[in-house]
Amino acid sequence: MSNCRFASAFKTLEHWLKYQLHAQEHFTLWYAAEDSQFVRFNQGKVRQAYPVLQIELTVRLILGERHASARINLSGEFEQDTAQLGQTLTQLRGILDVLPADPYLLLNTELWTSERQVPGRVPELQQVIDSICGLSQGLDMVGIYAAGTLYRGFANSWGARGWHECANALFDWSLFDASGEAVKSTYGSADWDAQVLSDLFEKAREQLHHLSTPRISLKPGQYRAYLAPAALDEVLSMLSYDAFSAKAFANRQSALQQLHLGQQQLSPLVNLREQPSSGFEPGFGHDGAPRQDVDLIRAGQLVGQLVNSRSQAEYSLQANGADQQEMPHTLVMAPGELATADVLRELGTGLYISNLWYLNYSDVGSARLTGMTRFATFWVENGQIIAPIETMRFDDSVYDMLGTHLLALTREQALCIDSGTYERRGLDSHVLPGALLEHLTLTL
Amino acid sequence: MMSRAQSSLRRFMQTCAHWPDFVSLRLVEQQSRTLAVTRNVIEPPSLRNECGVMVCVHVDGQQAFAATSDITLPGLQQALERAQQTAKALRGNGLVQHPIANNQGIRAHYRSPELDLPLPDTADWLALLMETSRQVPNDPRLVHWSARLRVVQEQQLYLDNQGAEILRSQQQLFPEIGVNAFDGQHSQRRTYQVAQQGSANIVTHTGFLDEARRVADQALQLLLAPNTPQGQRDVLLMPDQMILQIHESIGHPLELDRILGDERNYAGTSFVTPDMFGHYRYGSDLLNVSFDPNVTGELVSYSHDDEGLHAEKQLLIRQGILQRPMGGALSQARSALPGVANSRACNWNRAPIDRMANLNIEPGDQSMSQLIGSIEHGILMATNRSWSIDDARNKFQFGCEWGQLIKNGELGAVVKNPNYRGISSQFWRKLSAVGDASTNAIMGTPNCGKGEPNQAVTVGHASPACVFSHLDVFGGQA
Repeated sequence: MSNCRFASAFKTLEHWLKYQLHAQEHFTLWYAAEDSQFVRFNQGKVRQAYPVLQIELTVRLILGERHASARINLSGEFEQDTAQLGQTLTQLRGILDVLPADPYLLLNTELWTSERQVPGRVPELQQVIDSICGLSQGLDMVGIYAAGTLYRGFANSWGARGWHECANALFDWSLFDASGEAVKSTYGSADWDAQVLSDLFEKAREQLHHLSTPRISLKPGQYRAYLAPAALDEVLSMLSYDAFSAKAFANRQSALQQLHLGQQQLSPLVNLREQPSSGFEPGFGHDGAPRQDVDLIRAGQLVGQLVNSRSQAEYSLQANGADQQEMPHTLVMAPGELATADVLRELGTGLYISNLWYLNYSDVGSARLTGMTRFATFWVENGQIIAPIETMRFDDSVYDMLGTHLLALTREQALCIDSGTYERRGLDSHVLPGALLEHLTLTL
Repeated sequence: MMSRAQSSLRRFMQTCAHWPDFVSLRLVEQQSRTLAVTRNVIEPPSLRNECGVMVCVHVDGQQAFAATSDITLPGLQQALERAQQTAKALRGNGLVQHPIANNQGIRAHYRSPELDLPLPDTADWLALLMETSRQVPNDPRLVHWSARLRVVQEQQLYLDNQGAEILRSQQQLFPEIGVNAFDGQHSQRRTYQVAQQGSANIVTHTGFLDEARRVADQALQLLLAPNTPQGQRDVLLMPDQMILQIHESIGHPLELDRILGDERNYAGTSFVTPDMFGHYRYGSDLLNVSFDPNVTGELVSYSHDDEGLHAEKQLLIRQGILQRPMGGALSQARSALPGVANSRACNWNRAPIDRMANLNIEPGDQSMSQLIGSIEHGILMATNRSWSIDDARNKFQFGCEWGQLIKNGELGAVVKNPNYRGISSQFWRKLSAVGDASTNAIMGTPNCGKGEPNQAVTVGHASPACVFSHLDVFGGQA
């Protein structure tokens, strides 16, 4: 399907559906489609390659205060898709017949339109494979290339309509040396530039050279540490699951519950904002609410939470465009004063951590996290990189890492693009500084 | 009954029957229904009706795929052409020459147990969930609870131009209960989950209703309990924690594609190396681990994997000695190691890779009272709530919802926030007792993540309760 066919197919379905409604019925539609190319690499060669054409439509049928939804795959062919959508409507009507009124249904019936198209220049498959395999000559490279156009659409029977379309390419890869040390890199762009990729490869190759020194084995204990933006991204991604959700606060499941209750605080250096206005995500959500920028933490204090329409109705809060899970998708942490160029000098002796991995809670109530170092983590002495370290486990509370033990944030922020592709390619991104910590506790 | 999509797929395969190149088509039609009652309020139900096809071709020894949700004949034709173009684009840059599977003449139809028994309708399911929710007592400290059910019905049809035709009809049910207790300062959560193939009996015959009361009571007990004391103890892991332990520190390290390096950029590698198979001591003599696709009702029982390889039981670890990894036909050819039929894809839109399917610990000979009675200074831990392990699947830290101290062979006080740490390559050698069949539970997980592009699959695990000696145990901060 061509780009314009996705948009017109969605519009045609929306139009068709309006005429299928029975009296007093309403609908919302969420459309997510992609025409993607995935290429998976190992040892600098192609391990697996395939395009994916997938169209998903989520229809919610509403009758009074009763509602239910269904997600279906579409073919893009009108006759087939309307037949399927018709069957789905029948199925949903059967469910509505047995449902009581939902006390927490809150509908957004405002009339709005939104359209954003971000054109991109994605290279031909042959060119990508030749280019990446060429750059990988003599290197043990493993990674994933994902590219193509993503489509998101919303419509409802009250007339609101949104369309979001963006083309981009993302290459996420690691270079390994013979001892298993690795450097991880990411290149994502709407306007693919082979020269930029080549430069990044060269930089990673140089970094890999620094890892050739034999690993140092550290004992458990507390170490001064610097978390590069990608490592801090892992911490915030873990918190993103439910720590900022209005529902999780109300249910006492949020990891930041003690911050919410005023029993703990973070460092005054921490300012965190969910900022969809600057991200890659569409400006509208699944339920038709425009997504809003929301201050979450200001000078270490919790000042906001993510509230969807259901939480508004259930907990008497003001909705701010959060999705069903009330998860942030475009977090921005304000920068600090530390120049990135001065990080090693300010670190002095301690750990330079490029990436963290596999975080989870040791104790949710006290926001205590555990996880592993991964990819290019170094021991530093007197501002000089000495050697990579053996993989180590940390275990520390967020109230220490981003609270009492936080010394500085870097002046420069980095864009951390989510390379996740569960079910479909994502559009999440975080903009974060690096963080210098007085202590990080290593346990194993 | 054959669906329209299946008829369409068969017609299309007829057009590929005499092609010189290998072609396979894998159609997935999945219907699922998620129902929930939260604090005695019915949540809006959600359905999923997914359908799509993955085409696989081999051109000059290069394998490529193309996935499409357009299952019309022109849509399938276009996907076939895109797969061929992708294979040609590899032009000497492919990592491996792909062997052609010998699937000639395979005809199979796997069906979940009790598939013919009718399922309750939505109204009946919601009534059951409401009744379950109402079992939670009226206590102001119980601030949140829910009873949920997901029912998944999936038909997968695999066809290839060697004549293979493999149909898989699965029905999986995922009932669960969760209760949060809060004392004004701290909270505790207790859950109950089942994940099996079969009929409504999975819900109605497992005492789902009664579990709500137990889960709520235990959440309140945890609220009053002290933290788990720090130190070395013998640990009795119940099956609902054992499944996580097996999954992370046996299952993932034995996936052959990880050992071959495919996952190094994402899910990670493995501390296991190819030279270890046949002699490496993975655990104590008591450790017997099987890949078993034939366990009735286990979540991922099937007859063939997603590339048509016949699935049969294999011991991966026998009396503590590592025998074979989990790798499908391609990984077996790449590594010259034996494997199992575990090439699996999460859905129609992802290509198969090496995954766990049913990975089990074989029961031993100790009753529950013998297991507890054998422990002088220990702790029982149940129900996983936290997991973290390094990218080589070696250094781990796991946490549970429920802890109970064991002293001089007797169960004692309840403790909260029980955690333990270890290293896979040493941990299984500390296995000191294995429960008998009466302690065994068939369980599973709906979301095991791996692969690039990412794939979340269901995995089955069955395990008895097991005892490990001298583990590092600790609690929370508050």
